[in-house]
Amino acid sequence: METKPKSPSSQPDIETLATGEYKYGFETAVAYDSVRKGLNEDIIRELWEKKGEPDWMLEYRLKAYRHWSKLEKAQAEPKWANIKYGPIDYDEICYYSAPKKMPKLESLDQIDPEVRRTFERLGIPLEEQKLLSGVAVDAVFDSVSVATTFREKLADLGIIFCSMTDAIREHPDLVRSNLGSVVPHTDNFFASLNAAVFTDGSFAYIPKGVRCPMELSTYFRINARNTGQFERTLIIADEGASVSYLEGCTAPMRDENQLHAAVVELIAHDRATIKYSTIQNWYPGDKEGKGGIYNFVTKRGKCAGKGSKITWTQVETGAAITWKYPGCILQGDDSVGEFYSVAVVNNHQQADTGTKMIHLGKNTRSTIVSKGISAGVAQNSYRGLVRIAKQATGARNFSQCDSLLIGDRCGAHTFPYMEVKNTSSRIEHEASTSKIGEDQIFYCKQRGLSTEDAVNMIVNGFCKEVFRELPMEFAVEAQKLLGISLEGSVG
Amino acid sequence: MSGNNNDKSKIIPERKRTMLEVKNLHAGIEGNEILRGIDLKVGIGEVHAIMGPNGSGKSTLAQVLAGRESYPVSAGNVLYEGKDLLAMKPEDRAREGVFMAFQYPVEIPGVSNTYFLKAALNAVRKYRGLEELDAMEFLKLVKEKAKFVDLDEALLTRPVNQGFSGGEKKRNEIFQMAVLEPKLAILDETDSGLDIDALRAVADGINKLRSKENATIIVTHYQRLLNYIVPDYVHVLIDGRIVKSGTKELALELESKGYDWVKELADKVEMSA
Repeated sequence: METKPKSPSSQPDIETLATGEYKYGFETAVAYDSVRKGLNEDIIRELWEKKGEPDWMLEYRLKAYRHWSKLEKAQAEPKWANIKYGPIDYDEICYYSAPKKMPKLESLDQIDPEVRRTFERLGIPLEEQKLLSGVAVDAVFDSVSVATTFREKLADLGIIFCSMTDAIREHPDLVRSNLGSVVPHTDNFFASLNAAVFTDGSFAYIPKGVRCPMELSTYFRINARNTGQFERTLIIADEGASVSYLEGCTAPMRDENQLHAAVVELIAHDRATIKYSTIQNWYPGDKEGKGGIYNFVTKRGKCAGKGSKITWTQVETGAAITWKYPGCILQGDDSVGEFYSVAVVNNHQQADTGTKMIHLGKNTRSTIVSKGISAGVAQNSYRGLVRIAKQATGARNFSQCDSLLIGDRCGAHTFPYMEVKNTSSRIEHEASTSKIGEDQIFYCKQRGLSTEDAVNMIVNGFCKEVFRELPMEFAVEAQKLLGISLEGSVG
Repeated sequence: MSGNNNDKSKIIPERKRTMLEVKNLHAGIEGNEILRGIDLKVGIGEVHAIMGPNGSGKSTLAQVLAGRESYPVSAGNVLYEGKDLLAMKPEDRAREGVFMAFQYPVEIPGVSNTYFLKAALNAVRKYRGLEELDAMEFLKLVKEKAKFVDLDEALLTRPVNQGFSGGEKKRNEIFQMAVLEPKLAILDETDSGLDIDALRAVADGINKLRSKENATIIVTHYQRLLNYIVPDYVHVLIDGRIVKSGTKELALELESKGYDWVKELADKVEMSA
């Protein structure tokens, strides 16, 4: 056996490269108005009072809480996902936390300068006059929305875009008749919890025949310690309306895990289209798997009307654990559901994510493109359900699930479920698993590219079909994020 | 061993300025030594052919020069343009002008050929302190070079090597070489798997790129490529050593006699070593 000379041509090892810091991990020093830790009916009443909501909201919350509480006693937290984590102590979580110094905001200038600086550091401009990108932003800091831009301009078109708190106050009928209509408060453990304690989120309503002229966007930021974030988003596109919506999320680096249990409901009426894009970049925990966000999210859209269309695009790079299945209920005839997903896990991250396409209407179509990337010792699962009801004649589905492995200690899993109840429908499923080969990397390096650039290029090529679905500027952001998430994954 | 070196310098007089000098190079995989003391000098403007039977170490030599980590070097050194080549990372070797045309070009799904090459060229330019080319300048260059090596422009927008025929892959390697303009090109079995038309087309490309300023090492099993690309020197590699060096006539001799007669030479070298 020859001794291997210390050759400088050998690659820097994984450890040195893995120091790619989570760049959103700072904490903002602001004073908080919080409710005490734990969850019971009194706390829900207190939260409801603090938010000054109408009586029906209290009823809604209590109904959800009672349901959740039964589930909690029965230890009915969903156990079927391919993820592992210790027990969550729901009494140790604070369910409401809002930066103080924010009575009613009359203008953006009244935002706590610390909070404002936070969003600036995240690259999210809140000042409309400086906003050239044409994106209307709702910024949610811990439990409350701190700013929504472009409200007046959108209002001219009849578009409502505001925080959920404002929507409950200003458009109670619209909220009341739609809230929980896609994700009922009994849907699942985390959806019940959310219905009981959700504090804010975004609301959008696009009236008949209106195409929303700009991207609507919400940025979520968890800042406070021991606080869960439970946001609720509701988007309604009336007949012939269309809207593109994007959410982004970040959190400080902390040793303990934080719970994020959001619910998103989309409703598309006749010929309406909703495009919902997510760039999820919660703190993933450190290299040893300590800390990070538990991202337990329920997202569902209902194509209620004929020829309506809902597209989910998600780029999931953060969070210690991701558990989410953005789905579509294709109720209207000829409606279309699409799901495009990139899920990246590195180090000790775990993801169990996919979609549900429920075909109820005739000639409904769905497309699923899922790209899972695993590195380090991370585990990545695709879980998808395609259900075609008996009456959904002529329905079609195409699914493609590709997995990319980096290194030999990570895992990729695929759990596709298909139920077809008629004979005129067609389902196609394609799946592949590949590994970033030493060959590919060496080929790139031999042409002058660095290892990191090579991995970036290969991974971005792998995700191309999904990135193509993102609004332009976010596609660029997603590419960069992917690079950061995978930094140091190849030694 | 040094005697062998002296022999070679007798065979090859009037050297031009040396671009690459390989001295007593030993390398292999997991304790299995494949290269067992290679000595080779390549002067600027020269074309060298490395021939040898299967398993003699030809491709390993090409890979080691390009910096493949899976073939650790256990002894010897390599000077390239006066610099220690073995101390450089593979990407730095590329940036310094070493190009290898792969025997099996690698597919990169979802990455367009043009995008890949633009990133590569700009990485090289950046290293050399040159300004990066913008999209328009690059496109112009690429079209020019595609025409030069007769590459179907449709291949430019397709993912790197994906779904390319064997001939298209090899032609794409030569196209990349044309864009990157290396000082030292190492062609690893570029003729393998090509029909005669494709072979001619690839050889044409290589000949067009040949100049007084660069050098080429052609690694091949068969003599037929050398009908189209006439080498200045031919070396026979057997069992990890260069056992015979000569001019283009040596290739013809090999073609008619096979490798067996040089193998005997190899045994002699073995004994003297």
